[in-house]
Amino acid sequence: MITIESLTKVYGTTTVVDDVSMAVERNSITAIVGTSGSGKSTLLRMINRLVEPTAGRVLLEGSDTRNEPAHLLRRRIGYVIQGHGLFPHRTVAENIATVPRLLGWQPARIRARVEELLRVFQLDPGAYAAAFPHQLSGGQQQRVGVARALAAEPAVLLMDEPFGALDPIIRAKAQEDLLDIQRRFGTTIVLVTHDMDEAFRLGGQVAVMSAGRLLQYDRPAVLLTRPADPFVSRLTGVADRALKLLSLTTAGEAALPGGCEGPQVAASVSLREVLSELVWSGARAAAVLGADGTPSGHLTVAAILARGRP
Amino acid sequence: MTAAVQAATLSRLRLDPLGVLLSAAGAAALMLLPFVLVKANRIVPGDPHAFGEVLPAWGALACEAALLLSAVVALGVADARVRLAAALLGVVALALAVAAAGDALTPPGNKVVRIAPGAAFWVLLVALGLMATDATTRLRPGPGLRVLFLAVSFGVIGLVLAHGTFDNLSVMREYAVNATRFAHEARRHVWLALGSLGAAVVVGLPLGILCHRVPRLRPGVLGVLNVIQTIPAIALFGILMAPLGALATALPWAGELGIRGIGAAPAAVALFLYSLLPIVANTVAGLKRVSRAAVEAARGMGMTPWQVLSGVELILALPVILTGIRVVLVQNIGMVTIAALIGGGGLGTFVFQGIGQTAIDLVLLGAIPIVALAFCAAVLLDALVEVMDRART
Repeated sequence: MITIESLTKVYGTTTVVDDVSMAVERNSITAIVGTSGSGKSTLLRMINRLVEPTAGRVLLEGSDTRNEPAHLLRRRIGYVIQGHGLFPHRTVAENIATVPRLLGWQPARIRARVEELLRVFQLDPGAYAAAFPHQLSGGQQQRVGVARALAAEPAVLLMDEPFGALDPIIRAKAQEDLLDIQRRFGTTIVLVTHDMDEAFRLGGQVAVMSAGRLLQYDRPAVLLTRPADPFVSRLTGVADRALKLLSLTTAGEAALPGGCEGPQVAASVSLREVLSELVWSGARAAAVLGADGTPSGHLTVAAILARGRP
Repeated sequence: MTAAVQAATLSRLRLDPLGVLLSAAGAAALMLLPFVLVKANRIVPGDPHAFGEVLPAWGALACEAALLLSAVVALGVADARVRLAAALLGVVALALAVAAAGDALTPPGNKVVRIAPGAAFWVLLVALGLMATDATTRLRPGPGLRVLFLAVSFGVIGLVLAHGTFDNLSVMREYAVNATRFAHEARRHVWLALGSLGAAVVVGLPLGILCHRVPRLRPGVLGVLNVIQTIPAIALFGILMAPLGALATALPWAGELGIRGIGAAPAAVALFLYSLLPIVANTVAGLKRVSRAAVEAARGMGMTPWQVLSGVELILALPVILTGIRVVLVQNIGMVTIAALIGGGGLGTFVFQGIGQTAIDLVLLGAIPIVALAFCAAVLLDALVEVMDRART
């Protein structure tokens, strides 16, 4: 659990982060969104003390982050940046081994961990361990960047626009992979992005920042239905907010009991996708399939539409 | 119609433009310029002797055949390996011919007569050297191969010199007279060049890192170093004489260490000052080239400032820094020559003594090894830069 208390950063006469307080739950993904210059990156970088706060403090599992030297703190916190920042003179395996080596792990343990991570990130160790970063595709480089950040099994992972340099298709895949990784390792992730869709897709909690201030910090559905500030609704978008709301709920969560005729959808897809399927096929209801592949419930157009308003 | 046929024939012939130039220069030199000069003693002007006059008929014929073969290859063969082989064959033929001429023209037991290679020899040597360089460039050998080629070349030259093949030529006569001094001055030359480089790296590297970290310092530091570069070497020696002389007078132990107004001390200090700009400027440029994302990631993962600098920044900047060191080393090897003017020693001693005595052979005894040293330094460091760069990009 990360507790941010009255965190402020002033450069000269400019206040970049202005008295921000928030708590990040363990094993969750929190997205910080805002326009450029909103202070979201500075806020993130104060968590691992790449930027030292002017005032306020950060607690990690209850203990003040200033209690230990900054470089030792950072070895316990994963860090991923836009454009991956891989070391061009080191192989993929050496890049991933960076923090374990700093921590003085035994070589055998490092090797095993590197191999495990390469497999988790769908990179064949035989083919990629000895490769140099420039021999990889953009998506692969990004994956190695995340693997490197997770190498020493940090409880917290900070990501600063991690998918900003990827094209839309690879980005969607990378986002999906991140959700899998989070579930697998149970890492607490704080992610900075300027892309509201990305924030809604990944973030269990979303913090909206503007001009250094934290405007609202809540679940995505609350941001849509009860925006605390006109800027929040501007950022989330008003025109398609009903559809955005639908995309936050899965078919399984909204399903009514009993099966029905019509198209079949998986329980994991969003209501937005179910609605699209119904519009497309002209049916009035869809059967929701359970994990075993048999119908476990159904969804009508009316039931879906009811979920699209506050 | 005839013009068209001629054009077609010409385009089929495809004469190599460099080959045309080099063959023409070589042929003209061989016909118009003296191949060797025979001097009654080391300081009088020599009598010119053409190629055919000095060699036995079969020897002249064999050498001419080899040179002709080189010319034909230079004109019409595109394969770079063949061109390199032909150029080397030409150099060997030329070297053997001039050595044979020396042996033939030296009266037995006469130590006063000097047989010097003439203008035709030097023109041909340069032409063949250019042909070999051009062929090597076209072959694009890797750094390892280039260093091997250099080592083999110098090994062969060393063996030939040790064997005494050229002992009857004027430069080797000068060497025979000055052998002990030559070894001493050559060592001194290398020490002055390397020592001032080493001091410049020790001071320039931290200075460059500082300039990179504190951008406000950059214009001032680089500006001062730039001004130093524009001072002519002789003037800088002069400027240094007064303070170093005063230092030696004030601190007797400094004088005992060799720090005086003239001699090696001002030379070393001047070379050190000249060396600073390339080292500092390239360190700054090299560090600037390092990916900001890599440095940011390194800090973010918990490397200490020293680990970031030594493990990421300096290593990634190394190829550019090494390029600066290469510039300095080659520049220093040349500039140490002038140190001889103020008693600093080095191979320049022979150059200036030779000029003073109008003994051109003595000038060459100093100049040829200086050129060879600079060439070696350039090839070795270029290879090193390439190896570093290849591993990192």
